[in-house]
Amino acid sequence: METKIKKIERKGPVIFSEYSRGTGIKKAVELGRNDILFELKTSGLKGRGGAGFPTATKWMLTAASIGKKKYIVCNADEGEPGTFKDRVLLLEYPELVFDGMVVAGFTLGAKEGIVYLRGEYEYMFKSLEDYLEGMRKDNLLGKNILGKDDFNFDITIRLGSGAYVCGEETALIESLEGNRGEPRNRPPYPVNTGYMGYPTVVNNVETLAAVPHILMKGGEWFKQHGTNKSTGSKLFSVSGDCMRPGVYELPWGTTISELMIIVGAENTKAVQIGGASGVCIPKSQFDRTFAYEDIATGGSIIVFNESRDMLYVLKNFMEFFVEESCGQCTPCRIGNTKLLEGIEKIEQGDYTFGYINTLKELGRTMQVASKCGLGQSSPNPFISILENFKEEIFHTNGERGTNGKA
Amino acid sequence: MLVFEKNALSEEIEELVSKFGTERSALMPILQSIQRKYKYISDFAQQEVAKLLNIHPVEVYSVISFYSFLHSKPQGRNIIRLCQTISCDMVGKREVADAIKRELGINFGETTKDRRITLEYTNCVGMCEQGPAMIVNERVYTKLDPEKAVKILSEIR
Repeated sequence: METKIKKIERKGPVIFSEYSRGTGIKKAVELGRNDILFELKTSGLKGRGGAGFPTATKWMLTAASIGKKKYIVCNADEGEPGTFKDRVLLLEYPELVFDGMVVAGFTLGAKEGIVYLRGEYEYMFKSLEDYLEGMRKDNLLGKNILGKDDFNFDITIRLGSGAYVCGEETALIESLEGNRGEPRNRPPYPVNTGYMGYPTVVNNVETLAAVPHILMKGGEWFKQHGTNKSTGSKLFSVSGDCMRPGVYELPWGTTISELMIIVGAENTKAVQIGGASGVCIPKSQFDRTFAYEDIATGGSIIVFNESRDMLYVLKNFMEFFVEESCGQCTPCRIGNTKLLEGIEKIEQGDYTFGYINTLKELGRTMQVASKCGLGQSSPNPFISILENFKEEIFHTNGERGTNGKA
Repeated sequence: MLVFEKNALSEEIEELVSKFGTERSALMPILQSIQRKYKYISDFAQQEVAKLLNIHPVEVYSVISFYSFLHSKPQGRNIIRLCQTISCDMVGKREVADAIKRELGINFGETTKDRRITLEYTNCVGMCEQGPAMIVNERVYTKLDPEKAVKILSEIR
Protein backbone atom coordinates (compact mmCIF):
# COMPACT_ATOMS: atom_id res chain seq x y z
CA MET A 1 0.00 0.00 0.00
CA GLU A 2 1.43 3.33 -1.09
CA THR A 3 1.46 5.70 1.87
CA LYS A 4 3.38 8.58 0.35
CA ILE A 5 1.43 11.74 -0.19
CA LYS A 6 0.27 11.72 -3.77
CA LYS A 7 -1.89 13.93 -5.88
CA ILE A 8 -4.80 12.52 -7.82
CA GLU A 9 -6.86 14.78 -10.05
CA ARG A 10 -10.12 15.25 -8.24
CA LYS A 11 -12.86 17.66 -9.17
CA GLY A 12 -15.16 19.53 -6.88
CA PRO A 13 -16.61 22.99 -6.36
CA VAL A 14 -15.06 23.83 -2.96
CA ILE A 15 -12.71 21.42 -1.20
CA PHE A 16 -11.19 20.06 -4.38
CA SER A 17 -10.83 23.47 -6.01
CA GLU A 18 -7.51 25.22 -6.54
CA TYR A 19 -5.42 25.98 -3.45
CA SER A 20 -1.74 26.32 -2.76
CA ARG A 21 -0.07 25.69 0.56
CA GLY A 22 0.27 28.58 2.99
CA THR A 23 -1.82 31.11 1.03
CA GLY A 24 -4.70 30.73 3.51
CA ILE A 25 -2.42 31.52 6.42
CA LYS A 26 -1.04 34.59 4.64
CA LYS A 27 -4.56 35.77 3.92
CA ALA A 28 -5.55 35.18 7.55
CA VAL A 29 -2.75 37.43 8.76
CA GLU A 30 -3.87 40.14 6.31
CA LEU A 31 -7.52 39.87 7.31
CA GLY A 32 -7.15 39.81 11.08
CA ARG A 33 -9.21 37.90 13.62
CA ASN A 34 -12.50 39.75 13.30
CA ASP A 35 -12.65 39.55 9.54
CA ILE A 36 -11.86 35.83 9.59
CA LEU A 37 -14.74 35.20 11.96
CA PHE A 38 -16.93 37.44 9.83
CA GLU A 39 -16.12 35.51 6.62
CA LEU A 40 -16.71 32.24 8.42
CA LYS A 41 -20.02 33.47 9.77
CA THR A 42 -21.05 34.65 6.28
CA SER A 43 -20.12 31.30 4.77
CA GLY A 44 -22.50 29.44 7.07
CA LEU A 45 -20.04 26.54 7.35
CA LYS A 46 -21.32 23.79 9.62
CA GLY A 47 -19.46 20.89 11.21
CA ARG A 48 -18.79 18.21 8.61
CA GLY A 49 -18.52 15.31 11.02
CA GLY A 50 -22.26 14.86 10.90
CA ALA A 51 -23.64 16.85 13.82
CA GLY A 52 -23.62 20.11 11.86
CA PHE A 53 -22.85 22.66 14.56
CA PRO A 54 -22.08 26.08 13.00
CA THR A 55 -18.30 26.40 12.91
CA ALA A 56 -18.27 30.19 13.28
CA THR A 57 -20.31 29.91 16.48
CA LYS A 58 -17.97 27.30 17.88
CA TRP A 59 -14.95 29.47 17.11
CA MET A 60 -16.58 32.60 18.54
CA LEU A 61 -17.50 30.79 21.76
CA THR A 62 -13.91 29.60 22.10
CA ALA A 63 -12.58 33.07 21.29
CA ALA A 64 -14.84 34.53 23.96
CA SER A 65 -14.03 32.04 26.70
CA ILE A 66 -11.22 32.89 29.06
CA GLY A 67 -8.28 30.57 29.51
CA LYS A 68 -4.53 30.78 29.87
CA LYS A 69 -4.14 28.49 26.87
CA LYS A 70 -6.38 27.36 24.05
CA TYR A 71 -6.22 24.27 21.93
CA ILE A 72 -7.19 23.41 18.36
CA VAL A 73 -8.00 19.74 17.95
CA CYS A 74 -8.48 18.14 14.57
CA ASN A 75 -10.77 15.14 14.86
CA ALA A 76 -9.25 12.57 12.51
CA ASP A 77 -10.81 9.63 14.32
CA GLU A 78 -12.82 8.69 11.28
CA GLY A 79 -14.47 5.52 12.53
CA GLU A 80 -17.95 5.60 11.06
CA PRO A 81 -18.43 2.53 8.88
CA GLY A 82 -18.25 3.52 5.24
CA THR A 83 -16.36 6.79 5.76
CA PHE A 84 -12.94 7.38 4.24
CA LYS A 85 -12.98 11.01 3.08
CA ASP A 86 -10.65 12.11 5.90
CA ARG A 87 -8.12 9.55 4.77
CA VAL A 88 -8.19 11.08 1.29
CA LEU A 89 -7.95 14.62 2.66
CA LEU A 90 -5.02 13.80 4.94
CA LEU A 91 -3.11 11.87 2.30
CA GLU A 92 -3.81 14.04 -0.72
CA TYR A 93 -4.72 17.47 0.68
CA PRO A 94 -2.80 17.84 3.96
CA GLU A 95 -2.17 21.51 3.13
CA LEU A 96 -5.88 22.27 3.51
CA VAL A 97 -6.24 20.53 6.86
CA PHE A 98 -3.08 21.90 8.44
CA ASP A 99 -3.53 25.43 7.04
CA GLY A 100 -7.05 25.31 8.47
CA MET A 101 -5.65 24.43 11.87
CA VAL A 102 -3.07 27.23 11.72
CA VAL A 103 -5.79 29.71 10.76
CA ALA A 104 -7.89 28.49 13.70
CA GLY A 105 -4.90 28.90 15.98
CA PHE A 106 -4.31 32.43 14.72
CA THR A 107 -7.97 33.41 15.05
CA LEU A 108 -8.44 32.03 18.55
CA GLY A 109 -5.01 32.80 19.95
CA ALA A 110 -4.14 29.13 20.44
CA LYS A 111 -0.52 28.06 20.43
CA GLU A 112 -1.00 24.32 20.12
CA GLY A 113 -2.88 22.13 17.72
CA ILE A 114 -3.39 18.40 18.05
CA VAL A 115 -4.43 15.97 15.35
CA TYR A 116 -6.13 12.94 16.87
CA LEU A 117 -5.42 10.33 14.23
CA ARG A 118 -7.20 7.02 14.54
CA GLY A 119 -5.01 4.01 15.28
CA GLU A 120 -6.04 2.36 12.01
CA TYR A 121 -4.37 5.21 10.12
CA GLU A 122 -1.00 4.75 11.81
CA TYR A 123 0.54 4.09 8.40
CA MET A 124 0.15 7.76 7.46
CA PHE A 125 1.70 9.03 10.70
CA LYS A 126 5.20 9.29 9.27
CA SER A 127 4.25 11.09 6.08
CA LEU A 128 2.11 13.58 8.00
CA GLU A 129 4.97 14.24 10.43
CA ASP A 130 7.26 14.84 7.45
CA TYR A 131 4.73 17.23 5.98
CA LEU A 132 4.57 19.20 9.24
CA GLU A 133 8.37 19.32 9.30
CA GLY A 134 8.29 20.84 5.81
CA MET A 135 5.83 23.47 7.03
CA ARG A 136 8.13 24.32 9.94
CA LYS A 137 11.01 24.81 7.51
CA ASP A 138 8.92 27.20 5.43
CA ASN A 139 7.88 29.13 8.53
CA LEU A 140 4.24 28.10 8.24
CA LEU A 141 4.46 26.48 11.67
CA GLY A 142 6.49 27.26 14.75
CA LYS A 143 7.54 30.64 16.07
CA ASN A 144 6.62 34.00 14.46
CA ILE A 145 4.86 32.38 11.56
CA LEU A 146 5.34 34.30 8.28
CA GLY A 147 7.40 36.80 10.21
CA LYS A 148 4.48 38.00 12.28
CA ASP A 149 5.40 38.68 15.89
CA ASP A 150 3.66 36.56 18.49
CA PHE A 151 2.08 34.28 15.92
CA ASN A 152 3.27 30.98 17.36
CA PHE A 153 1.53 27.73 16.58
CA ASP A 154 2.59 24.15 16.30
CA ILE A 155 0.84 20.89 15.56
CA THR A 156 1.41 17.48 17.09
CA ILE A 157 -0.13 14.24 15.93
CA ARG A 158 -1.51 11.82 18.49
CA LEU A 159 -2.72 8.34 17.74
CA GLY A 160 -5.88 6.64 18.87
CA SER A 161 -6.02 2.94 19.60
CA GLY A 162 -9.06 1.56 17.88
CA ALA A 163 -12.02 2.98 19.77
CA TYR A 164 -14.92 4.24 17.65
CA VAL A 165 -16.42 6.23 20.53
CA CYS A 166 -13.31 8.46 20.60
CA GLY A 167 -14.73 10.28 17.58
CA GLU A 168 -17.14 11.87 20.05
CA GLU A 169 -15.44 15.12 20.99
CA THR A 170 -15.44 14.75 24.77
CA ALA A 171 -14.36 11.10 24.56
CA LEU A 172 -11.59 12.22 22.21
CA ILE A 173 -10.41 14.75 24.78
CA GLU A 174 -10.49 12.11 27.53
CA SER A 175 -8.38 9.89 25.31
CA LEU A 176 -5.88 12.70 24.65
CA GLU A 177 -5.59 13.23 28.39
CA GLY A 178 -4.61 9.60 28.80
CA ASN A 179 -7.88 8.20 30.06
CA ARG A 180 -10.43 5.67 28.89
CA GLY A 181 -12.32 7.23 25.98
CA GLU A 182 -15.56 7.68 27.84
CA PRO A 183 -17.69 10.69 26.88
CA ARG A 184 -18.17 13.44 29.44
CA ASN A 185 -21.38 15.06 30.52
CA ARG A 186 -22.09 18.22 28.58
CA PRO A 187 -22.19 21.05 29.60
CA PRO A 188 -19.51 22.16 30.14
CA TYR A 189 -18.69 22.07 26.45
CA PRO A 190 -15.12 21.80 25.16
CA VAL A 191 -15.30 25.41 23.95
CA ASN A 192 -15.10 26.35 27.63
CA THR A 193 -13.60 23.32 29.36
CA GLY A 194 -11.79 21.07 26.92
CA TYR A 195 -8.35 19.50 26.76
CA MET A 196 -6.71 19.82 30.20
CA GLY A 197 -9.59 22.07 31.18
CA TYR A 198 -8.67 24.75 28.65
CA PRO A 199 -10.98 26.13 25.95
CA THR A 200 -10.72 23.78 22.98
CA VAL A 201 -12.06 23.73 19.47
CA VAL A 202 -12.66 20.24 18.14
CA ASN A 203 -13.26 20.29 14.38
CA ASN A 204 -13.62 17.55 11.81
CA VAL A 205 -10.88 17.17 9.19
CA GLU A 206 -13.24 18.26 6.42
CA THR A 207 -14.46 21.32 8.34
CA LEU A 208 -10.88 22.53 8.78
CA ALA A 209 -10.13 21.80 5.12
CA ALA A 210 -12.93 24.15 4.07
CA VAL A 211 -11.56 27.07 6.10
CA PRO A 212 -8.61 28.08 3.84
CA HIS A 213 -10.91 28.07 0.80
CA ILE A 214 -13.39 30.35 2.59
CA LEU A 215 -10.62 32.81 3.43
CA MET A 216 -9.20 32.83 -0.08
CA LYS A 217 -12.47 33.12 -1.96
CA GLY A 218 -14.78 34.64 0.61
CA GLY A 219 -17.81 33.56 2.59
CA GLU A 220 -20.16 34.82 -0.11
CA TRP A 221 -18.52 32.55 -2.71
CA PHE A 222 -18.88 29.57 -0.38
CA LYS A 223 -22.55 30.39 0.16
CA GLN A 224 -23.25 30.23 -3.57
CA HIS A 225 -22.86 26.47 -3.38
CA GLY A 226 -25.42 24.27 -1.74
CA THR A 227 -28.82 25.25 -0.39
CA ASN A 228 -29.97 28.13 1.81
CA LYS A 229 -29.62 26.22 5.04
CA SER A 230 -26.74 23.97 4.00
CA THR A 231 -24.06 26.04 2.38
CA GLY A 232 -21.06 24.77 0.48
CA SER A 233 -20.34 21.25 -0.56
CA LYS A 234 -19.86 17.89 1.08
CA LEU A 235 -17.47 15.02 0.55
CA PHE A 236 -19.26 11.72 0.15
CA SER A 237 -17.52 8.43 0.76
CA VAL A 238 -19.33 5.99 -1.47
CA SER A 239 -18.92 2.23 -1.15
CA GLY A 240 -20.99 -0.88 -1.70
CA ASP A 241 -22.83 -2.00 -4.82
CA CYS A 242 -21.78 0.55 -7.42
CA MET A 243 -19.36 0.71 -10.32
CA ARG A 244 -17.33 3.70 -9.18
CA PRO A 245 -16.92 3.76 -5.41
CA GLY A 246 -14.77 6.56 -4.01
CA VAL A 247 -14.81 10.07 -2.63
CA TYR A 248 -17.03 12.62 -4.39
CA GLU A 249 -17.46 16.28 -3.70
CA LEU A 250 -20.97 17.47 -4.40
CA PRO A 251 -22.91 20.55 -3.36
CA TRP A 252 -25.45 20.13 -0.59
CA GLY A 253 -28.91 19.65 -2.01
CA THR A 254 -27.90 16.83 -4.35
CA THR A 255 -30.55 14.12 -4.45
CA ILE A 256 -29.84 10.49 -3.72
CA SER A 257 -30.78 9.45 -7.25
CA GLU A 258 -28.36 11.99 -8.75
CA LEU A 259 -25.57 10.53 -6.66
CA MET A 260 -26.54 7.00 -7.65
CA ILE A 261 -26.14 7.95 -11.33
CA ILE A 262 -22.73 9.54 -10.70
CA VAL A 263 -21.36 6.48 -8.92
CA GLY A 264 -22.91 4.05 -11.38
CA ALA A 265 -25.25 2.19 -9.06
CA GLU A 266 -27.75 -0.10 -10.72
CA ASN A 267 -30.53 -2.27 -9.34
CA THR A 268 -30.27 -0.35 -6.13
CA LYS A 269 -32.58 -1.36 -3.32
CA ALA A 270 -31.44 1.00 -0.59
CA VAL A 271 -28.69 3.29 0.62
CA GLN A 272 -27.38 3.57 4.12
CA ILE A 273 -26.65 7.24 4.68
CA GLY A 274 -24.41 8.33 7.55
CA GLY A 275 -22.83 4.96 8.21
CA ALA A 276 -23.94 2.57 10.91
CA SER A 277 -25.40 5.40 12.97
CA GLY A 278 -27.28 6.81 9.98
CA VAL A 279 -30.54 5.89 8.35
CA CYS A 280 -31.42 3.41 5.64
CA ILE A 281 -33.35 4.99 2.77
CA PRO A 282 -35.33 2.73 0.40
CA LYS A 283 -35.55 3.34 -3.33
CA SER A 284 -38.98 4.96 -3.05
CA GLN A 285 -37.40 7.93 -1.25
CA PHE A 286 -34.46 8.50 -3.58
CA ASP A 287 -35.69 11.98 -4.48
CA ARG A 288 -34.73 13.17 -1.01
CA THR A 289 -31.70 15.45 -0.75
CA PHE A 290 -28.47 15.49 1.19
CA ALA A 291 -28.78 18.59 3.35
CA TYR A 292 -28.89 19.48 7.02
CA GLU A 293 -32.62 20.20 6.60
CA ASP A 294 -33.39 16.84 4.96
CA ILE A 295 -30.85 14.05 5.43
CA ALA A 296 -27.88 15.36 7.43
CA THR A 297 -24.83 13.18 7.09
CA GLY A 298 -21.14 12.92 7.72
CA GLY A 299 -20.87 11.61 4.17
CA SER A 300 -20.88 7.83 4.47
CA ILE A 301 -22.91 6.29 1.65
CA ILE A 302 -23.25 2.51 1.43
CA VAL A 303 -25.19 1.25 -1.57
CA PHE A 304 -27.17 -2.00 -1.45
CA ASN A 305 -28.51 -3.70 -4.55
CA GLU A 306 -31.55 -5.96 -4.88
CA SER A 307 -29.62 -9.07 -3.88
CA ARG A 308 -28.74 -7.87 -0.39
CA ASP A 309 -30.39 -9.20 2.72
CA MET A 310 -31.27 -6.15 4.80
CA LEU A 311 -31.53 -8.10 8.04
CA TYR A 312 -27.95 -9.29 7.55
CA VAL A 313 -26.90 -5.67 7.00
CA LEU A 314 -28.72 -4.60 10.14
CA LYS A 315 -27.10 -7.38 12.16
CA ASN A 316 -23.65 -6.26 10.99
CA PHE A 317 -24.40 -2.72 12.21
CA MET A 318 -25.75 -3.84 15.57
CA GLU A 319 -22.77 -6.11 16.19
CA PHE A 320 -20.64 -3.06 15.53
CA PHE A 321 -22.46 -1.01 18.16
CA VAL A 322 -22.41 -3.76 20.78
CA GLU A 323 -18.66 -3.95 20.31
CA GLU A 324 -18.04 -0.22 20.24
CA SER A 325 -20.34 0.97 23.02
CA CYS A 326 -18.03 2.27 25.74
CA GLY A 327 -20.25 0.69 28.38
CA GLN A 328 -20.49 3.77 30.51
CA CYS A 329 -24.23 4.44 30.35
CA THR A 330 -26.93 1.81 30.69
CA PRO A 331 -29.23 2.68 27.76
CA CYS A 332 -26.40 2.20 25.27
CA ARG A 333 -24.62 -0.72 26.92
CA ILE A 334 -27.70 -2.86 27.55
CA GLY A 335 -29.91 -1.40 24.83
CA ASN A 336 -27.63 -2.30 21.93
CA THR A 337 -27.27 -5.87 23.25
CA LYS A 338 -31.05 -6.20 23.46
CA LEU A 339 -31.51 -4.88 19.92
CA LEU A 340 -28.95 -7.38 18.63
CA GLU A 341 -30.74 -10.16 20.50
CA GLY A 342 -33.93 -9.09 18.81
CA ILE A 343 -32.31 -9.33 15.37
CA GLU A 344 -31.10 -12.85 16.16
CA LYS A 345 -34.64 -13.79 17.20
CA ILE A 346 -36.01 -12.42 13.93
CA GLU A 347 -33.39 -14.45 12.06
CA GLN A 348 -34.62 -17.60 13.76
CA GLY A 349 -38.23 -16.64 13.20
CA ASP A 350 -38.77 -16.67 16.93
CA TYR A 351 -40.55 -13.39 17.58
CA THR A 352 -43.87 -11.70 18.09
CA PHE A 353 -44.80 -8.29 16.76
CA GLY A 354 -45.40 -7.16 20.33
CA TYR A 355 -41.76 -7.96 21.03
CA ILE A 356 -40.57 -6.08 17.94
CA ASN A 357 -42.60 -3.04 18.95
CA THR A 358 -41.13 -3.16 22.45
CA LEU A 359 -37.66 -3.20 20.91
CA LYS A 360 -38.50 -0.18 18.74
CA GLU A 361 -39.76 1.56 21.86
CA LEU A 362 -36.46 0.67 23.54
CA GLY A 363 -34.64 2.16 20.56
CA ARG A 364 -36.53 5.42 20.93
CA THR A 365 -35.72 5.45 24.65
CA MET A 366 -32.04 5.00 23.84
CA GLN A 367 -32.22 7.95 21.45
CA VAL A 368 -33.18 10.27 24.30
CA ALA A 369 -31.59 8.60 27.31
CA SER A 370 -28.06 7.79 26.10
CA LYS A 371 -25.23 9.98 27.21
CA CYS A 372 -23.54 10.61 23.88
CA GLY A 373 -24.12 10.42 20.17
CA LEU A 374 -23.24 6.74 19.95
CA GLY A 375 -26.20 5.46 21.94
CA GLN A 376 -28.42 8.25 20.66
CA SER A 377 -27.92 7.21 17.07
CA SER A 378 -27.28 3.46 17.26
CA PRO A 379 -31.02 2.63 17.16
CA ASN A 380 -31.34 4.56 13.84
CA PRO A 381 -30.58 1.62 11.53
CA PHE A 382 -32.68 -0.74 13.65
CA ILE A 383 -35.72 1.51 13.46
CA SER A 384 -35.27 2.60 9.84
CA ILE A 385 -34.48 -0.84 8.41
CA LEU A 386 -37.31 -2.62 10.24
CA GLU A 387 -39.65 0.19 9.25
CA ASN A 388 -38.65 0.46 5.57
CA PHE A 389 -38.10 -3.22 4.82
CA LYS A 390 -40.78 -4.90 6.88
CA GLU A 391 -42.15 -6.63 3.80
CA GLU A 392 -38.81 -8.24 3.11
CA ILE A 393 -37.95 -9.05 6.72
CA PHE A 394 -41.28 -10.22 8.12
CA HIS A 395 -43.43 -11.28 5.19
CA THR A 396 -41.12 -13.27 2.95
CA ASN A 397 -42.05 -16.82 2.13
CA GLY A 398 -38.62 -18.10 3.08
CA GLU A 399 -37.81 -19.83 6.33
CA ARG A 400 -37.74 -16.55 8.14
CA GLY A 401 -41.01 -15.21 9.44
CA THR A 402 -43.00 -18.36 8.82
CA ASN A 403 -42.29 -19.58 12.33
CA GLY A 404 -43.34 -16.25 13.73
CA LYS A 405 -46.13 -16.47 16.20
CA ALA A 406 -47.72 -13.32 14.87
CA MET B 1 10.55 -12.97 32.95
CA LEU B 2 14.30 -13.05 33.48
CA VAL B 3 15.97 -10.37 35.58
CA PHE B 4 18.01 -8.92 32.72
CA GLU B 5 14.90 -8.78 30.53
CA LYS B 6 13.12 -6.88 33.28
CA ASN B 7 16.01 -4.45 33.58
CA ALA B 8 16.10 -3.89 29.86
CA LEU B 9 12.34 -3.25 29.76
CA SER B 10 12.58 -0.86 32.72
CA GLU B 11 15.27 1.08 30.96
CA GLU B 12 13.21 1.25 27.80
CA ILE B 13 10.19 2.51 29.69
CA GLU B 14 12.33 5.14 31.41
CA GLU B 15 13.47 6.30 27.99
CA LEU B 16 9.87 6.49 26.76
CA VAL B 17 8.88 8.48 29.81
CA SER B 18 11.72 10.92 29.31
CA LYS B 19 10.60 11.29 25.68
CA PHE B 20 6.87 11.74 26.30
CA GLY B 21 6.89 13.22 29.81
CA THR B 22 5.36 12.23 33.13
CA GLU B 23 2.00 13.88 32.54
CA ARG B 24 -1.05 11.65 32.44
CA SER B 25 -1.50 12.66 28.79
CA ALA B 26 1.77 10.84 28.03
CA LEU B 27 0.21 7.52 29.03
CA MET B 28 -1.30 6.65 25.66
CA PRO B 29 1.83 7.35 23.57
CA ILE B 30 3.94 5.35 26.07
CA LEU B 31 1.58 2.39 26.01
CA GLN B 32 1.33 2.55 22.22
CA SER B 33 5.11 2.41 21.92
CA ILE B 34 5.34 -0.63 24.20
CA GLN B 35 2.48 -2.28 22.32
CA ARG B 36 4.14 -1.62 18.96
CA LYS B 37 7.35 -3.30 20.02
CA TYR B 38 6.20 -6.16 22.25
CA LYS B 39 2.64 -6.60 20.86
CA TYR B 40 1.34 -6.52 24.44
CA ILE B 41 1.88 -4.65 27.68
CA SER B 42 2.89 -7.04 30.45
CA ASP B 43 1.92 -6.69 34.10
CA PHE B 44 5.49 -5.73 34.85
CA ALA B 45 5.48 -3.03 32.14
CA GLN B 46 2.17 -1.70 33.45
CA GLN B 47 3.60 -1.40 36.96
CA GLU B 48 6.73 0.33 35.70
CA VAL B 49 4.71 2.86 33.71
CA ALA B 50 2.42 3.47 36.69
CA LYS B 51 5.38 4.03 38.99
CA LEU B 52 7.02 6.57 36.70
CA LEU B 53 3.78 8.41 35.98
CA ASN B 54 2.85 8.33 39.65
CA ILE B 55 -0.54 6.72 39.12
CA HIS B 56 -2.03 3.45 40.34
CA PRO B 57 -1.28 0.42 38.13
CA VAL B 58 -5.00 -0.26 37.85
CA GLU B 59 -5.35 3.10 36.08
CA VAL B 60 -2.93 1.84 33.46
CA TYR B 61 -4.79 -1.45 33.20
CA SER B 62 -8.14 0.33 32.85
CA VAL B 63 -6.82 2.27 29.87
CA ILE B 64 -5.37 -0.84 28.23
CA SER B 65 -8.59 -2.76 28.66
CA PHE B 66 -10.60 0.03 27.04
CA TYR B 67 -8.76 0.24 23.71
CA SER B 68 -9.00 -2.64 21.31
CA PHE B 69 -5.49 -2.08 19.92
CA LEU B 70 -3.83 -2.36 23.35
CA HIS B 71 -3.34 -5.81 24.84
CA SER B 72 -2.46 -6.98 28.32
CA LYS B 73 -1.95 -10.63 27.32
CA PRO B 74 0.82 -11.95 25.04
CA GLN B 75 -0.03 -11.86 21.32
CA GLY B 76 1.65 -13.24 18.25
CA ARG B 77 4.61 -11.47 16.70
CA ASN B 78 2.31 -10.09 14.03
CA ILE B 79 -1.26 -8.97 14.51
CA ILE B 80 -3.63 -9.30 11.58
CA ARG B 81 -6.86 -7.35 11.69
CA LEU B 82 -9.44 -8.10 9.03
CA CYS B 83 -12.15 -5.49 8.53
CA GLN B 84 -15.56 -6.97 9.31
CA THR B 85 -17.73 -3.98 8.45
CA ILE B 86 -20.46 -4.23 5.85
CA SER B 87 -18.67 -2.61 2.88
CA CYS B 88 -15.83 -5.11 3.11
CA ASP B 89 -18.29 -7.89 3.91
CA MET B 90 -20.22 -7.29 0.67
CA VAL B 91 -17.14 -7.63 -1.52
CA GLY B 92 -15.83 -10.91 -0.21
CA LYS B 93 -14.69 -10.61 3.39
CA ARG B 94 -16.19 -13.99 4.29
CA GLU B 95 -14.21 -15.86 1.63
CA VAL B 96 -11.01 -14.13 2.70
CA ALA B 97 -11.74 -14.88 6.36
CA ASP B 98 -12.33 -18.57 5.60
CA ALA B 99 -9.14 -18.81 3.58
CA ILE B 100 -7.07 -17.20 6.34
CA LYS B 101 -8.61 -19.43 9.00
CA ARG B 102 -7.93 -22.56 6.96
CA GLU B 103 -4.39 -21.52 6.16
CA LEU B 104 -3.43 -20.69 9.73
CA GLY B 105 -5.54 -23.36 11.37
CA ILE B 106 -6.90 -20.92 13.93
CA ASN B 107 -10.05 -18.96 14.53
CA PHE B 108 -10.41 -15.22 14.88
CA GLY B 109 -9.25 -14.12 18.32
CA GLU B 110 -6.57 -16.82 18.44
CA THR B 111 -2.80 -17.00 17.97
CA THR B 112 -0.89 -19.60 16.01
CA LYS B 113 1.09 -22.12 18.07
CA ASP B 114 4.43 -20.77 16.83
CA ARG B 115 3.26 -17.30 17.98
CA ARG B 116 3.80 -15.97 14.48
CA ILE B 117 0.36 -14.51 13.92
CA THR B 118 -2.58 -13.32 16.00
CA LEU B 119 -5.79 -13.12 14.00
CA GLU B 120 -8.48 -10.58 14.85
CA TYR B 121 -11.48 -8.89 13.39
CA THR B 122 -11.63 -5.13 13.50
CA ASN B 123 -14.25 -2.56 12.62
CA CYS B 124 -14.15 -0.27 9.61
CA VAL B 125 -10.56 0.62 8.69
CA GLY B 126 -11.54 3.35 6.22
CA MET B 127 -10.74 1.40 3.06
CA CYS B 128 -14.37 0.79 2.15
CA GLU B 129 -13.98 1.55 -1.57
CA GLN B 130 -11.06 -0.88 -1.85
CA GLY B 131 -12.36 -3.77 0.24
CA PRO B 132 -11.87 -6.34 1.57
CA ALA B 133 -9.11 -4.78 3.64
CA MET B 134 -6.88 -5.91 6.44
CA ILE B 135 -4.19 -4.36 8.60
CA VAL B 136 -1.03 -6.33 9.25
CA ASN B 137 0.69 -4.62 12.17
CA GLU B 138 0.51 -1.05 10.80
CA ARG B 139 0.36 -1.77 7.08
CA VAL B 140 -2.88 -1.85 5.17
CA TYR B 141 -3.65 -4.32 2.42
CA THR B 142 -6.63 -3.76 0.18
CA LYS B 143 -8.66 -5.45 -2.56
CA LEU B 144 -7.96 -8.84 -1.04
CA ASP B 145 -9.07 -12.14 -2.39
CA PRO B 146 -8.37 -15.51 -0.75
CA GLU B 147 -5.28 -16.10 -2.88
CA LYS B 148 -3.78 -12.67 -2.26
CA ALA B 149 -4.50 -12.83 1.48
CA VAL B 150 -2.82 -16.21 1.84
CA LYS B 151 0.20 -14.97 -0.09
CA ILE B 152 0.54 -12.00 2.27
CA LEU B 153 0.32 -14.35 5.25
CA SER B 154 3.08 -16.53 3.91
CA GLU B 155 5.40 -13.53 3.66
CA ILE B 156 5.01 -12.60 7.31
CA ARG B 157 7.75 -13.83 9.59
